[in-house]
Amino acid sequence: MTEIIWHGRGGQGAFTAARLLGEAYSLKADSYALAFPSFGPERRGAPIRAFTKLDKRPVRNRSEITKADHSIFLDDTLFDAKAFFELKPNGTILLNTKQVYDDPRIITLDGGSIASSILRLPITNTILLGAFAAISDEITLEEICEAIRHSMPKRLQEINITAVKAAYKEVIE
Amino acid sequence: MAKKFLSGNEAFAYGVRLARPQVISAYPITPQTIVVEKLSEFVEDGSLNAEFIHVESEHSALSCAMGASSVGARAFTATSSQGLLYMAECLPYASGGRFPVVMMNANRSTALPWNIYGDQRDSLSQLDSGWIQAYAENAQEALDLALMSFYIAEQKNVSTPFMANLDGFVLTHTYEVVDVPTQEQADAFLPKYETNHKMDLKHPRNLAFSAGPDTNTYFKYKEHLGILHAKEAIGEAEERFETIFGRRYSGLTERYQTEDADYIIITLGSISGLVREVVDALRNEGRRVGLLRLRYLRPFPNEEIADAVKNAKAVAVLEKDVSFGNEGTVYTNVNSALQKADIHIPCSNYIGGLGGRNISADEIKTIFDELTLQRSTIQFLGIGGEENGS
Repeated sequence: MTEIIWHGRGGQGAFTAARLLGEAYSLKADSYALAFPSFGPERRGAPIRAFTKLDKRPVRNRSEITKADHSIFLDDTLFDAKAFFELKPNGTILLNTKQVYDDPRIITLDGGSIASSILRLPITNTILLGAFAAISDEITLEEICEAIRHSMPKRLQEINITAVKAAYKEVIE
Repeated sequence: MAKKFLSGNEAFAYGVRLARPQVISAYPITPQTIVVEKLSEFVEDGSLNAEFIHVESEHSALSCAMGASSVGARAFTATSSQGLLYMAECLPYASGGRFPVVMMNANRSTALPWNIYGDQRDSLSQLDSGWIQAYAENAQEALDLALMSFYIAEQKNVSTPFMANLDGFVLTHTYEVVDVPTQEQADAFLPKYETNHKMDLKHPRNLAFSAGPDTNTYFKYKEHLGILHAKEAIGEAEERFETIFGRRYSGLTERYQTEDADYIIITLGSISGLVREVVDALRNEGRRVGLLRLRYLRPFPNEEIADAVKNAKAVAVLEKDVSFGNEGTVYTNVNSALQKADIHIPCSNYIGGLGGRNISADEIKTIFDELTLQRSTIQFLGIGGEENGS
């Protein structure tokens, strides 16, 4: 099973990204996923976590992920050294930041710049999904785009797909 | 069928839409809200032709559904926790009046302390209200139960309201892959609701009447028989369901690796998934352990439980509930089943997951470890606070 923890702030769309990833993966044959937020009252700006579990058989454990294969931060103010405690031994951290980190476990992306130039909104959830497709063997760029077409409102689809592709390209390069 | 990525609430709403209810009355409460929101969207976009009545309270929600049922309409409502308790006065009205209303309950803790997270103390406190009670494990089962619940409740010899329970958040708010049947398939499964038991100007009759000491027992006995008949109706519904949809369900209980099991955990709802994981892990170590999942609490699976555990050395009941001053209510019921079947093995009670506390794989493994001691104990998982370790 591949386990992903999403970190964001209320309103940044971390759970939407978690759900889209689960959907993208499970639209394939014999692929299963669970996606859920950290439960409780929701507040704009408050730290939230969301979870995606991907597997080739039905996912039966509904508990929150304690050790992740990938930990994805939509907001670098939420990132600190504690992040490594919830990572599996070969786990990676995907971090939306302008900063540079000299750590092989951390992959960075300036998602904010892509968001402001393409979406013209400081929302980076689908951008991080595109970046994730670039580092993951579990999901392809096309599958992410398909999930966006499948479940995002029509007016948001094409612009988000453009942003996803830009993020993908940037991480690949 | 179409594969969709849905939460438990959404899956249930899709199931309800497929059942074509004529009246939906509801009052929103976390974590049930999404199911009625989704249904109101379906009514709004015309994909469901129903009267959606947004009432002012849960008490009115069930009263309204009962009123609709009394003129022969198929009626649905949904609630949770305090909402269920607020409508509690109406629960035995619906069952005693033999109105086959279907209700989804999102299992949530009850106050005080105030808590919006999942446990099963809300619905289990209403076991004696005369309703059929089912507990889903995942979103697919939730959708399938929504469809089957109407079929079961509306059988003429059953005519009993149906409460389908989904664990709050862990099931209601978790997204997973669900096969959504077509309307044609659903229509082939579920016939239109027909009853003579209704208010009808052409055939006037008395419904929801008084019955004094002379006749009261008769009606209560009939009510008891009705819910017992649900057992056959559940079997029949599941057979029919498998023929049309290809998915198989196993009646009042589901056995997982119990055939040769020495130690069995009996539980209900969505925690069963994690128990399966632990059973698989321990089986790989050569340990003979199993899971018995209670899918229905009313009618109660007395014979099914006895038969599943008769060769076990010890069993444990894991439940998100306690009847204060005694023990877990499911445990009380299971012990009664064992006693009636002359099965005398240690039976322990683990009370966990209260107010949404996580039950971990390690805790489930510890239950299996403690079962090998073959003692009967009652314990709470993860008490925390000042009492911890004392």
